[in-house]
Amino acid sequence: MIRLLKYVILDIVKNKIVIAYCIMLALFTWSAFGLEDNVSKGILTLLNIMLLAVPLVSVLFATIYVYNSNEFIELLLSHPVKRSVIWKALFIGLSLSMVAAFIIGTGIPLLFFADFSTALIMIVAGCMLTIIFVAIAFLSSILTRDKAKGIGIAVMLWLYFALLFDGLVLFIFFQFSDYPIEKPVVLLSALSPIDLCRILILLQLDVSAMMGHTGAIFKNYFGSNLGLLVSFLLLVLWVAVPFYISLRKFKKKDL
Amino acid sequence: MIEIKNISKNFGKLKALENVNLRFNKAECIALIGPNGCGKTTLIKTILGMVLPDSGDVFFNGQSIKNDTAYRKQLGYMPQIGRYPDNMTIGQVTEMIKGIRTQKEPQDKELADAFNLDKLSHKKMRTLSGGTTQKVSATLAFMFKPQVLILDEPTAGLDPIAAEILKAKIIAAKNDGCLILITSHLLSELEDIVSEIIFMQDGNVRFHKKVAELKADTGRETIAQSILHLLKSGTA
Repeated sequence: MIRLLKYVILDIVKNKIVIAYCIMLALFTWSAFGLEDNVSKGILTLLNIMLLAVPLVSVLFATIYVYNSNEFIELLLSHPVKRSVIWKALFIGLSLSMVAAFIIGTGIPLLFFADFSTALIMIVAGCMLTIIFVAIAFLSSILTRDKAKGIGIAVMLWLYFALLFDGLVLFIFFQFSDYPIEKPVVLLSALSPIDLCRILILLQLDVSAMMGHTGAIFKNYFGSNLGLLVSFLLLVLWVAVPFYISLRKFKKKDL
Repeated sequence: MIEIKNISKNFGKLKALENVNLRFNKAECIALIGPNGCGKTTLIKTILGMVLPDSGDVFFNGQSIKNDTAYRKQLGYMPQIGRYPDNMTIGQVTEMIKGIRTQKEPQDKELADAFNLDKLSHKKMRTLSGGTTQKVSATLAFMFKPQVLILDEPTAGLDPIAAEILKAKIIAAKNDGCLILITSHLLSELEDIVSEIIFMQDGNVRFHKKVAELKADTGRETIAQSILHLLKSGTA
């Protein structure tokens, strides 16, 4: 496992895309803090960039990487290596390198500019988002053998979670505003990891104006500390479930 | 040594393997032959655990290979078309495989030396010709002195000299008591190597015979002629 992991990480680092991603994140972060005179404004700018860019890059790169690893997987399978070990090594390798890129690119400047607890929660949320979208990428790449289709599924999922979902929740909320639907809306927001991350950070920042509708209700319903805990647990579920499904499918795949 | 029991495999509507039963013993060299798409590669990949059968089971030394990977330590596999990670060099691929198969026995470097692979070890897999890729595959298959060798079209794409080297190596392995499974369309090439023939068609095993038996049954002198005779007379 450790050996395989070493080869996967070496290969990803050689790929240079992760390094480019890291530099891009660093540029965004430094300029977000440099251009805004006020730190909390900078954090909000960064938050919006982060919630869009981190999932997109994670899901796209991971999907393409898994498809390109087909040869690697085939080569290993005729040797005494368990299928689950190969799949896990790929997943952990990808997650680790994307998380490292995020921490170096965004985490370090955050620790410089923002106060410690805010920086910490943003770093945790960013790392979780990265891992979640790597897991979603694994799921979409195991669903179909066709690379173009797989990438298509990955991008559609990103689009749905990043852009369509909040609008959808808002729409439902307005349509049914005559009824007591706070609880269902809270449940609904758990269905999108990006919304969950937004809630996680905004509960910490205490800026309800920027929360989005789901966030506002979430805070009302849970209160700050319990809200943090529940949303964090939900994020962990968002990693575990897609990856577990993809692992089960991979074990039964013909190569 | 390897026993295949009631294996069936469908790819959608296509029946790749239909209730196949076979038994391979030690120190035999068995040729799998049959027209394109008759299920040879699927059968091989089932033994390797790369394709999972819909029903039936494969036993390696009496142990089912379901949920087992340790038996592959005894296997050397040379694929028909070797596919390797593009960005890795020959040296890195061999190093990686060595790292994964932590076997104590000394490694067999004869083929690597005979093919002069050391000189190419810094070359990326992407840049290799088909023949060189085949040489890498062959070297990897023989490197760990496996008890069972599975060779899918081993000489396709190799130049005559390399093909001769590989053939000599296969015969040497057979004399050492290895079980060798080989698929090939070049029947004349199999002549001095194989001891048993399995003929497959449409996912079924038509027959599994010793070479001498096959020649006696058809009254021909070579494997190629015997098979052609059977195909033409339609009794295969």
